Amino acid sequence: MLPFFAYTTVFLLIPTLVVVVGAFLGADGRPTLSNLSALGEPSFLKAMRQSLVLSAVTAVAGAVLGSLLAYAVSTASPTGVLKRFVTSLCGVLAQFGGVALAFAFTASFGATGLLTSWLARVGVENGSGLWLYEWDKGLMLVYLYFQVPLMLIVFLPAVEGLKPQWREATETLGGTTWTYWRRVAGPILLPSFIGATLLLFTNALSAYATARALVSQGSPIVPLQIGDALSSEVLLGQQAVAKAMALAMIVVVALVMTLYAVLDRRASRWLVR
Amino acid sequence: MSGQRARIRRRQRTFRWGVVTLVSAFFALPLLGMLDFTTRGPGGVGRSGQTWRTLADFGAVATDYPTLNDGVVTSVGLAVLTVAVMLLLLVPTMTWVRLRVPRAQRLVEFVCLLPLTVPAIVLVVGLSPIYTWLTGWLRYFFGTAISESTLWLSLAYVVLVLPYSYRAIDAGLRSIDVRTLSEAARSLGAGWPTVMWRIILPNLRSAVLSASFLTVALVLGEFTIANLFSRNNLQVAMYLLGKSDAQISVAVGLVSLVFAFLILFAMSFVGSAGQGGALTRRLRSRKESA
Repeated sequence: MLPFFAYTTVFLLIPTLVVVVGAFLGADGRPTLSNLSALGEPSFLKAMRQSLVLSAVTAVAGAVLGSLLAYAVSTASPTGVLKRFVTSLCGVLAQFGGVALAFAFTASFGATGLLTSWLARVGVENGSGLWLYEWDKGLMLVYLYFQVPLMLIVFLPAVEGLKPQWREATETLGGTTWTYWRRVAGPILLPSFIGATLLLFTNALSAYATARALVSQGSPIVPLQIGDALSSEVLLGQQAVAKAMALAMIVVVALVMTLYAVLDRRASRWLVR
Repeated sequence: MSGQRARIRRRQRTFRWGVVTLVSAFFALPLLGMLDFTTRGPGGVGRSGQTWRTLADFGAVATDYPTLNDGVVTSVGLAVLTVAVMLLLLVPTMTWVRLRVPRAQRLVEFVCLLPLTVPAIVLVVGLSPIYTWLTGWLRYFFGTAISESTLWLSLAYVVLVLPYSYRAIDAGLRSIDVRTLSEAARSLGAGWPTVMWRIILPNLRSAVLSASFLTVALVLGEFTIANLFSRNNLQVAMYLLGKSDAQISVAVGLVSLVFAFLILFAMSFVGSAGQGGALTRRLRSRKESA
């Protein structure tokens, strides 16, 4: 047990503390609030706003699409090939995608890409193809490719927790399919659904690889800005700025995850996992 | 009643296939785009298998794309090391906590799930002083050749995979009666190492396997930390290659996706076979409701 706690202290707790404390330390090692002034810069505020919008939109869209897919898969045989296939594919896309996903998009939507030519054939012009590299168009679309799979993975256990007896009971009492979803399954799944959406939100907020590989000019979202500040060798004191930005991210994520923990406790009242 | 049942069943099947088909198309298109892109002939005209032939020729890859070759080798090494450290760290701790200090269980769970709330990019910011310090000591003891090795990243990767492997191993431990098993072994004269190695571990086989598979998939897909520490691994090599040789890099991307898929697909069969199967699950739910 001791090795475990020693290890996690060195590689998890201390790094987190380094960020939190470092955000308040000046170059001379004295406590200061000046690093936080970087958080008031227009460029950071813009990136933060774009990050939040990007995460919120892809989280909600991903949650809706992912939950539909999860329900569809849950009606299949639990040991069947379909379910294994879909969950494995989603596992890959949700956890592994990253750089490869960005490549898939540049290859498909580039000037001579497969989808560009297909779209052109049905009369939709891709334009310059630059939309792919903008945060509120291309990036959003690419993010859906790991948000929907993640939703399936997170939400599937909840949908599978719906007992057929509940549906039978509703029918015995004269309820229709609509009554079942509106009065039984809906309320039971709602906490899990919102919880999963929050998880998707933090996932999109902290994603770095896909954005880095897709966006080569400018840093429209916070993770990229942190990365820039870290690898900047031109400006001094950027390390402290990186810490301040990282602290801002920790605060947002911590708020969301607290909400998630509360909802998760409520969700587990009905669903035995 | 049975007619209604059949109708619902039928409607569910239509819905299932409809949704799955649509979503599959949505997901398959970019992958198809990748395949199309990599089989394009010179100058974008016609079809050619040149890219794939190059990639299949390992000798040529090693000489023509040294970064890629190095990245793949490093990633494999990282995966093996991460799995080893993760198992060494988690399995004894979690077993011990379950047997001796159940009070600490919540704390261990909290620590293990914490990385989910600390974004990897934030971890990088906090880890850089740790690594500076670690590299300093390593240089002092073993010299530069060892202290500069990318393989040390696996120590950070263990933290990244903690939540996933914790869940897998926890599910495994839950499905066996650790206390009875270890007490039986102890009363027959086994020491703790024997209990761990010959009793607990074999019973956790499928949980350990799925934790390891997940770890391998995650490590092979890791980009953020390696890139920001300016180290080379599979994903970083792919990213760098994307700037110079698009076709090869897209092909490598496709191969890596397919490979990760195969790992997870294989895992879905391992996870449900053997002792993690339906019988144990049924026993477990009965025990929990009792």
